[in-house]
Amino acid sequence: MLTAIVLCFAFALVFTLFGKHLRGRITYLISLLPLSLFIYFLGLQNSLSSGGEILSTYPWISSLGIDLSFRLDGLSQIFTLIITGIGFTVFLYAAEYLRGHPFLDRFYGYLLMFMGSMLGLVLSDNLITLFIFWELTSISSFFLIGFNHRDQKARKAALTALVITGGGGLFMLLGFVLMGMVSGTYSISEIVLMKSLFSDSIYLGLIVLALFAGAFTKSAQFPFHFWLPDAMRAPTPISTYLHSATMVKAGVYLLARFSPLFDGEIYWNEALILFGTITFIYGAAQSIFKTDLKAILAYTTIAALGTMVMLIGIGTSTAIYALLVFICVHALYKAGLFLVVGSIDKICGTRDITKIRGLRKNSVVLFVAALLAAISSAGLIPTIGYHGKHLIYGSVIESGAWGIGLLVLTIAASILLLCAGFLVGLKPFIGSVSPKVPRHKHTPPAMWITPLLLGLTGLGMGIFYRAPQELLFLPALESLHGDIVSKQMHLWSGVDTLFWLSWGTILGGVLLYVFFRPSHEYSKRDKKFEKFHSRYLLEQGVINVKRIFSFLTHVLQNGYLRYYTAVILTFHIVLISLRMYTGFENGYEFEFALDFTFNELATIIVMVVSILLAVFTTSRVVAVASLGGVGLCICLLFVYFSAPDLAMTQFTIDTLTVVLFVLLLKKLPLYLSKVDTGVNWRDLIISCTFGLLVTIITLEILFTGSVKEISNFYAENAYLLAKGKNVVNVILVDFRGVDTLIEITVLAVSGLGVFSLIRLKMGIDRER
Amino acid sequence: MTTLILRTASVYLMPLLLLFSVFILLRGHFLPGGGFVGGLIASIALVVYGYANGINQIKSFLRFHPGVLIPTGVSLALISGLLPMFAGKPFMTSLWLDGIYPIIGQPGTALIFDTGVYFVVVGTALTIIFSIAEDNEK
Repeated sequence: MLTAIVLCFAFALVFTLFGKHLRGRITYLISLLPLSLFIYFLGLQNSLSSGGEILSTYPWISSLGIDLSFRLDGLSQIFTLIITGIGFTVFLYAAEYLRGHPFLDRFYGYLLMFMGSMLGLVLSDNLITLFIFWELTSISSFFLIGFNHRDQKARKAALTALVITGGGGLFMLLGFVLMGMVSGTYSISEIVLMKSLFSDSIYLGLIVLALFAGAFTKSAQFPFHFWLPDAMRAPTPISTYLHSATMVKAGVYLLARFSPLFDGEIYWNEALILFGTITFIYGAAQSIFKTDLKAILAYTTIAALGTMVMLIGIGTSTAIYALLVFICVHALYKAGLFLVVGSIDKICGTRDITKIRGLRKNSVVLFVAALLAAISSAGLIPTIGYHGKHLIYGSVIESGAWGIGLLVLTIAASILLLCAGFLVGLKPFIGSVSPKVPRHKHTPPAMWITPLLLGLTGLGMGIFYRAPQELLFLPALESLHGDIVSKQMHLWSGVDTLFWLSWGTILGGVLLYVFFRPSHEYSKRDKKFEKFHSRYLLEQGVINVKRIFSFLTHVLQNGYLRYYTAVILTFHIVLISLRMYTGFENGYEFEFALDFTFNELATIIVMVVSILLAVFTTSRVVAVASLGGVGLCICLLFVYFSAPDLAMTQFTIDTLTVVLFVLLLKKLPLYLSKVDTGVNWRDLIISCTFGLLVTIITLEILFTGSVKEISNFYAENAYLLAKGKNVVNVILVDFRGVDTLIEITVLAVSGLGVFSLIRLKMGIDRER
Repeated sequence: MTTLILRTASVYLMPLLLLFSVFILLRGHFLPGGGFVGGLIASIALVVYGYANGINQIKSFLRFHPGVLIPTGVSLALISGLLPMFAGKPFMTSLWLDGIYPIIGQPGTALIFDTGVYFVVVGTALTIIFSIAEDNEK
């Protein structure tokens, strides 16, 4: 499984770096990767039947309990098949949709990166790696929404999505860390078995809240929903893949994954039902008033996500079963509709529903594909959507105290969604041909084959429902919920309550569709309520945060290096003094200070003289030279106390610093010309206090029973474990190698920073 | 700033110092030295030569911009960390060859890592110094 994920990232890297030659028909070949992954995961199906699972673990940071451990069980399998399956159609479709686009290479790079991280997300068995993949999907989504980077609105939408989903993810990390604290492990499969441990924990409320923050932002639940319609600025294949079929379901996946653990605890069920219901009513009600085809789909997606969250809230085995089926149903029909809308956009050059009519004359096959998706969304027999709708109704009826109210709301939302589905899948194709629709325009095969494929899959799974039920949905249910569900899929279950409810919904939806006329009027009405929208609140918040920080930046970073140094030192003085105030040992013995050699004394005297010279001289060259002298004296001290490594480093660093100073000498203002005494006194106080503090700390280190274990460990094990005799070097490159890796990265970044700043300045100078 | 003495000396000093920096890098695991110091020494060697003969001379000597060394070094260090993962061990586990050689000691991934550090240090130091020097020359 690691191979599958690494493969995606490796190809992503290849395409981003070397994809410039990616033109023409070769792009079709990329879709072989998701296809082969789809077949690979399908091949693993056998070992999953009757609740089995596949585990594979690669040690990563085992000492912190973080391993690259992956687990494929029934729930993950549904998601992997959707990710790779829908991924295949989207890859194929995008090759045509974005043909000749100058950044096609980058597009596939990001898309593959997304696929890899999404697979990692649903396969991770470790909370921390799950979090990493979670944020990676947010980041790749950021790049993909902002793919048309010249469009300012697209950039803004990308940033909004990143802030909302990434921010939610950070809260989720808090929850994960708390879960790790409570259970003592980060392994998800172990954690979900510790129900009693968690229900007794005082952190339970906080953990659930943090998980909600992650899941609700990612899955666009009200009031965090608004990033999703904005994200429709992305190219249509992206909206299909990320913002309807896969990524937005990550939150649902998370909730479903932990539903066995939290089901029945405190406010878990109530909150999920409440938020889910608000979201699906809101999404459904908004959807039919939109005129942009993609906006309609975006709001129906929000509604569908709300339904899923509500089903998790209900939490019975029927509801979870309905959830699993509905995840599949929704992925199939919504991806189909999105792809159809993309094709319509390409053919007509617009997505305005009021302007497109009679498209059937242009492309009959596209019409068939759209219709298949629309009837699946409507829940008409015999599509898979029919089963989905039946199961949802069945589980809502069973949901106890909330039952009747929920049922009424669900039916109302379903009627609206059915109408919205027909608005997208039927309305553009029928009626007289509008002037926007070109009569004869060749539609490339990839643009109608892919939605047709999805529609036929939905139809096939609906008719031959036994195979997916036995192989896919029941094992998934078993992996989440011990007992087997009583209400399974049936094509015909007799004339019962469900039958009447289902046909009632269809009738209501069709009537609404017949009498409803989409128009631009509705969007004007929305503008009145803008100030109550959660987006408005977020934007105001962002503006205020910006204000605060620009104020702080002006105060703390005013561009004068000496001021930075003063601020940093003062800050440290305050911190260390506070610490010293509470607990420090007093009473040092200074006998050791008398034990020195002549060489040491001489060095110290030279050093003191150089310091005084540096402070009181009026020539900058002298000051630099004397500071260099101080550095060399310190080198000598290192040599006396047998630290040759430090001495060498100090010596070379000093040499380079002097070189830098000499280079900059010309640029610096005249020395000591405008300094007033007040500033001098301030600097004197700061530097003397800091020097005093460093002295005290050094004495503390000498006199408190210092912890020798660490240095002893390094000294003893440098050769045994790390095969090196130079302990300093062994610590740098081996024991604390990761630190060094990060340090050289910082060094690299600062080097590049200096380089680009100077280049920028040179460019500005040249322009003058 | 080109004096005859410095110019003549730098011609002999630079190769010696560069060799010395490599020596310091290699022996780091057993004796005082290592990638960081080695990198600094190499930078000093090149900077001294640059001072004596002008920045353009050193540029034509190097044939590439020293900034190239920065990503090279970081990736080298990263690769040395990733190598053990192919052997099924955690990230940054050291792998060792058998046998002890003079100067180097026992070679292993730590040496590759240290070489990465060396390159980053040389790249960063030279990039900063040359950028400032070029800015001055204008």
